[in-house]
Amino acid sequence: MSAPILELKELDVFYGPIQALKKVSMHINEGETVSLIGSNGAGKSTLLMSIFGQPRAASGQIIYRGTDITHKSSHYIASNGIAQSPEGRRVFPDMSVEENLMMGTIPIGDKYASEDMERMFELFPRLKERRNQRAMTMSGGEQQMLAIARALMSRPKLLLLDEPSLGLAPIVVKQIFATLRELAKTGMTIFLVEQNANHALKLSDRAYVMVNGQIRMTGTGQELLVNEDVRNAYLGGH
Amino acid sequence: MSAANNSAIDIKRSLIDAILAGLISLIVFGPIVGVVLDGYSFNLQPTRVAWLVAGVMAGRFLLSLFLQTEKGLSILQGFEGGGSGVHVLAPDYKSRLRWIIPMLIVIAIVFPFFANKYLLTVVILGLIYVLLGLGLNIVVGLAGLLDLGYVAFYAIGAYGLALGYQYLGLGFWTVLPLAAIAAAMAGCILGFPVLRMHGDYLAIVTLGFGEIIRLVLNNWLSFTGGPNGMPVPSPTFMGLEFGRRAKDGGVPFHEFFGIEYNPNLKFLFIYIVLFIVVMAVLYIKHRLTRMPVGRAWEALREDEIACRSMGLNHVLVKLSAFTLGASTAGLAGVFFASYQGFVNPSSFTFFESALILAIVVLGGMGSTVGVVIAAFVLTVAPELLRSFSEYRVLLFGVLMVLMMIWRPRGLIRISRTGVTPRKGVAP
Repeated sequence: MSAPILELKELDVFYGPIQALKKVSMHINEGETVSLIGSNGAGKSTLLMSIFGQPRAASGQIIYRGTDITHKSSHYIASNGIAQSPEGRRVFPDMSVEENLMMGTIPIGDKYASEDMERMFELFPRLKERRNQRAMTMSGGEQQMLAIARALMSRPKLLLLDEPSLGLAPIVVKQIFATLRELAKTGMTIFLVEQNANHALKLSDRAYVMVNGQIRMTGTGQELLVNEDVRNAYLGGH
Repeated sequence: MSAANNSAIDIKRSLIDAILAGLISLIVFGPIVGVVLDGYSFNLQPTRVAWLVAGVMAGRFLLSLFLQTEKGLSILQGFEGGGSGVHVLAPDYKSRLRWIIPMLIVIAIVFPFFANKYLLTVVILGLIYVLLGLGLNIVVGLAGLLDLGYVAFYAIGAYGLALGYQYLGLGFWTVLPLAAIAAAMAGCILGFPVLRMHGDYLAIVTLGFGEIIRLVLNNWLSFTGGPNGMPVPSPTFMGLEFGRRAKDGGVPFHEFFGIEYNPNLKFLFIYIVLFIVVMAVLYIKHRLTRMPVGRAWEALREDEIACRSMGLNHVLVKLSAFTLGASTAGLAGVFFASYQGFVNPSSFTFFESALILAIVVLGGMGSTVGVVIAAFVLTVAPELLRSFSEYRVLLFGVLMVLMMIWRPRGLIRISRTGVTPRKGVAP
């Protein structure tokens, strides 16, 4: 495969005196779906946010398509092809679905806005029904779809998803992962941070397991899915 | 239906309400009204207290009874269901405003022919506050940055005219754009240190900034004249002055056009220019809210983290809000100075900032129409209440409390026309 689209080298991140990430190294290749699983407080979200420079890495390097982005500002990173759907969705509550999607086009301008919006409505037909509704009035699942669609509106080369299954009913989670699978088939590079190891591992080409700020294990999704330790820790032993 | 409801009226509850209200009013009015100082001793005035308490109790009883009727219940429900946030209209929604706006313009044009000088000055003051309200509305209403020192930019505009005339010989027309630029730069300077702050902390810093400007103006005697203030030149029209006699042998306006001298001419002129500026600002603001930067402001108000994760440069967005808001205040300051013919620091106290903020909050955060109405209400109301001059601030306060009870989200809830992608631009 070609050179990795994103590479983290020995990343250290601190929250004040607390070290949240310890020498984390990983890479994501173009077109791959990679997931990062781990329990609460393992540092998954921190890893995702530090790609965006918030918090900044104390040492180590983040290389995106050959450039070192460790010290670049968040908006630079976002406008150069990395999009994320943040933890807890964070859609704009007082904006309609269409306006939320329009906000997603900010990094690239609204040249492709109407075309992309139609694409999003095909991907998430539910959003089309609610196109003029305020985001606040929608269900959690719909908001999650909106958050993902909004991230996709900037035509990213790399999509970061932070816990898309957070607080959603199993059936909705299934729908969302089905959509993600469709998305992965189109060649989108996806980096998924998840607690729901079962769904995440089934979807991913490769995965990393994070414990206490360190990468403990890595392998293909299938390998980890049958791994005894992973099963015990994250899949409830069944 | 109504009979069933009527029988449900609970007189006992109303009585209890009335007694509770009576007790509270006794506590409140007892010491204030009932005890009158007389030299070193005091007189008790129980009858006055009794009347007041009786009035409150009767009022509370009637109110309580009314709220149990069908109509009252529906009003109560209205309070609870107040609804929240922005009301998004369909993108092709045509508002009634397109009839109202031309009508208002016609009224504004006809108005000066009927107005006397007093009325004209009141309306000018109202328009100045509309301008201030619109400016602060960008900062507080749209971008969600609580600015308590907004009056500083207003002062910069006003003093810009006074100082520019005193030291550089600049006139109204030169200063008008310069003051806007100066205030915008001040907004930018204030914006930088407060970028990392939110909510309360931001409010405190901006409050400090407002006070700093006022204190500098107050204490720099040799430059600003301190509390004595400074004179401000009258505006001119193409170099023609509005006085009875022009300085330096020039031709005054009325002689040049061969009309009779009218002492209102200066105010009429300010009114016309101000009206045009307000219209221009309204239009610009209307366009801005539909542009990406307007959406970015609103997005920033709603969720800063989401904004940043989407690649919005929050520094630029915040600074642009501060800058645009400040420049509007600078414009208002120039008009205020030439309307008064004199500036001194006592016009730019914290109370003024609070009043402008009240205009924005009462008008409905982010709602343009609401701000315009609130600006007029809050400037015209004190004028109408002049005959109650001693109770003016009290009545003002009561008015604000009532408005907040009836319209907790401001006079006009923001309704925004939804945004859709432009058609025909996709390749």
